[in-house]
Amino acid sequence: MNDLLVANSVSKSFGDFKALNNVSISVPKGSIFGLLGPNGAGKTTLIRIINQITMPDEGKVLLDGSPLKPSHISDIGYLPEERGLYKSMKVGEQALYLAQLKGLSKQEAKERLKYWFDKLDIGDWWNKKIQELSKGQAQKIQFIVTVLHRPKLLIFDEPFSGFDPINASLIKDEILQLRDEGATVIFSTHRMESVEELCDHIALIHKSNKVLDGKLTDIKRQYKTNTFEVGMQPQRENAQAILKAISEKFEVKPATFKNLNDDLKLNIKLAANETSNDLLSFLTSKAEVHHFVEVIPSANDIFIQTVKNN
Amino acid sequence: MNHLPLIIKREYLTKVKNKSFIVMTFLSPMIMIALIAVVAYLSQINNNKARTISILDETGLVSDVFKNTENTTYSILSNISLDEAKKQVKVKEEYGLLYIGKSSDTAQITNAIKFYSEDSPSLTIISSLENKLEKKLSDLKLQQDGVDIEKIAASKTRIDIAQESFTGEKTSKVDNILKLAFGGAAGYLLFMFIIIYGNMIMRSVIEEKTSRIIEVIISSVKPIQLMMGKIIGTSLAGITQFVIWMILGGIMVFVLSAIFGIDMAQMQTPQQEMMQQAMQSPELQNEMQNVMVAFFKLPILNLVIAFMFFFIGGYLLYSSLYAAIGAAVDNETDTQQFMLPILMPLILAVYVGVFTVIEDPHGTISTIFSFIPFTSPVVMLMRIPFGVPIWQQVVSLLLLIGTFMFAVWFAAKIYRVGILMYGKKPSYKELYKWLKY
Repeated sequence: MNDLLVANSVSKSFGDFKALNNVSISVPKGSIFGLLGPNGAGKTTLIRIINQITMPDEGKVLLDGSPLKPSHISDIGYLPEERGLYKSMKVGEQALYLAQLKGLSKQEAKERLKYWFDKLDIGDWWNKKIQELSKGQAQKIQFIVTVLHRPKLLIFDEPFSGFDPINASLIKDEILQLRDEGATVIFSTHRMESVEELCDHIALIHKSNKVLDGKLTDIKRQYKTNTFEVGMQPQRENAQAILKAISEKFEVKPATFKNLNDDLKLNIKLAANETSNDLLSFLTSKAEVHHFVEVIPSANDIFIQTVKNN
Repeated sequence: MNHLPLIIKREYLTKVKNKSFIVMTFLSPMIMIALIAVVAYLSQINNNKARTISILDETGLVSDVFKNTENTTYSILSNISLDEAKKQVKVKEEYGLLYIGKSSDTAQITNAIKFYSEDSPSLTIISSLENKLEKKLSDLKLQQDGVDIEKIAASKTRIDIAQESFTGEKTSKVDNILKLAFGGAAGYLLFMFIIIYGNMIMRSVIEEKTSRIIEVIISSVKPIQLMMGKIIGTSLAGITQFVIWMILGGIMVFVLSAIFGIDMAQMQTPQQEMMQQAMQSPELQNEMQNVMVAFFKLPILNLVIAFMFFFIGGYLLYSSLYAAIGAAVDNETDTQQFMLPILMPLILAVYVGVFTVIEDPHGTISTIFSFIPFTSPVVMLMRIPFGVPIWQQVVSLLLLIGTFMFAVWFAAKIYRVGILMYGKKPSYKELYKWLKY
């Protein structure tokens, strides 16, 4: 039992529209799980099912081994994409109310809020109304409210929208710290660089179906094309000859990367039975090699490629 | 987890602490009272203005009926021509001139009466003059025909038919008027309450949608809990407001009448002069006693209990529909198309109550409408003072509760789907589809 959350062939239709078709995911304990997909793919529906906002038509969702039940509400913290707060309510009152809805006692909620308000340096906002805060400031409150009851499972839908880079990195660090303290995080976003940075597992949903899932490193391994980025410094008169020689043996495309020298820059794709050492020894026999890197597909590449192919 | 008390508390406190709510609570009774006070004060000034009416009576038969009162002085002119009289009245800036032309026959006098004035005279003054003249002239005619006026006065009889049901229950006209007043007040109160606070619930649902907090809340509580919490919390705020209005209204009437001395007894209009004369009569004192007797004859216990049940039932029925409308739309301007079907039965109920219950409280139409759940709270509340069999009340109430439960189910369905729908204005067809999600 290493998975905190397991969704088993979950389907959901709204009228004639099938929002989720037989989707299964497993979220390992203590992981940051990226739930990816284009707009309208069904991510939000799945998240709402996990939050028991909508009921699935078919399939089961297990949290910590047992089917979802009302008491699980206090085990989950959810930061929706469409989020907001009561505009005319005071920050403190509002945070207390939302914490109590998650099952905290008033006293407990107060103490924890004080801790978080000090930590994020916003203690003097307690008596302000939400409408007096900026968007980013309101987002901070929203983040605190989401994590205050120390849920086992945190679900963040586009958590960084509305934050400036400083606060975004502050929140990113908080998320990582929560993970280190034992929380499991489901992270839904369109910003692939943050997926790259944070997620260790991903699942990709496209047109209501899950099209890809697993460990991010495994997926990358699976998507890599055995291509290497090479930079060489041949003598000027030999350059054409060397390029010709390489092209005869391997599949070659010109490459661009930043380098100090006026290099011959190439993307070289190997056949399945060739290794990087084969390539490297061949290249070193021709000229001096300055740059030799395996091309690893980015999450962005994988996302675009998968969505296009389906 | 049961979060209902928490939600009710929040809804109540945010409503009650809201600035516009506080302002409305304390300002509206003041505005109302101030308005009444101004109207009363102005009409008092108007009526208290001393005026002089000159009378030129060329027949010499009727001028003795005009007796000076506090505000009106009658100056009887004689030996003067009409033109001169007119001039004189104009120069003295008197209110007007009543001219009774010469006529040989008392029957012809009526055609020779005229009132001259600078501006058109007030209706009450004219009708007060007409009353006086009519009475005098008919007396004169009777006398001419040799009838003894004294005898006619002595023969005046007043009839009050005593009403009694077969079971021996006594009623009277006074009873009926009192019953109507009670039923009407109860029905109208419910009507107002539904419209004011139903709208408040609707706005508060829309607010949660537009501020986008709904999804955060809904991940913690069941939509139906949120909806019921809203309805109950808002109702409690409404009751608070109503109670404050009543207390404030009472205090202000008391204070104002003490300060400004706007007292009914001081307001002397021509009608009241007549009323006061009539008040002296023993019949009317008797009538006042009748009202008290009638009041205690009302089915008070039944009225209070039925009021509570029908009021709560009717209010909850309508407010759950208001909540559903709020959930279905994105902003207040889109609510119009859904408001009409809610308001129609409510307005129909008030019309049925006002027009048919008064006419025939136990007639077919009144009875039917007091069973239909959407009209029953208002119509039944109006009927009950007239004595409705308990079984009818119970059946009607059961129907109301059943419909209420259906409405809550319906509203909760719409609510559950609607609160997460943004950006489009749903049609009825789409609402129907939501029921099946």
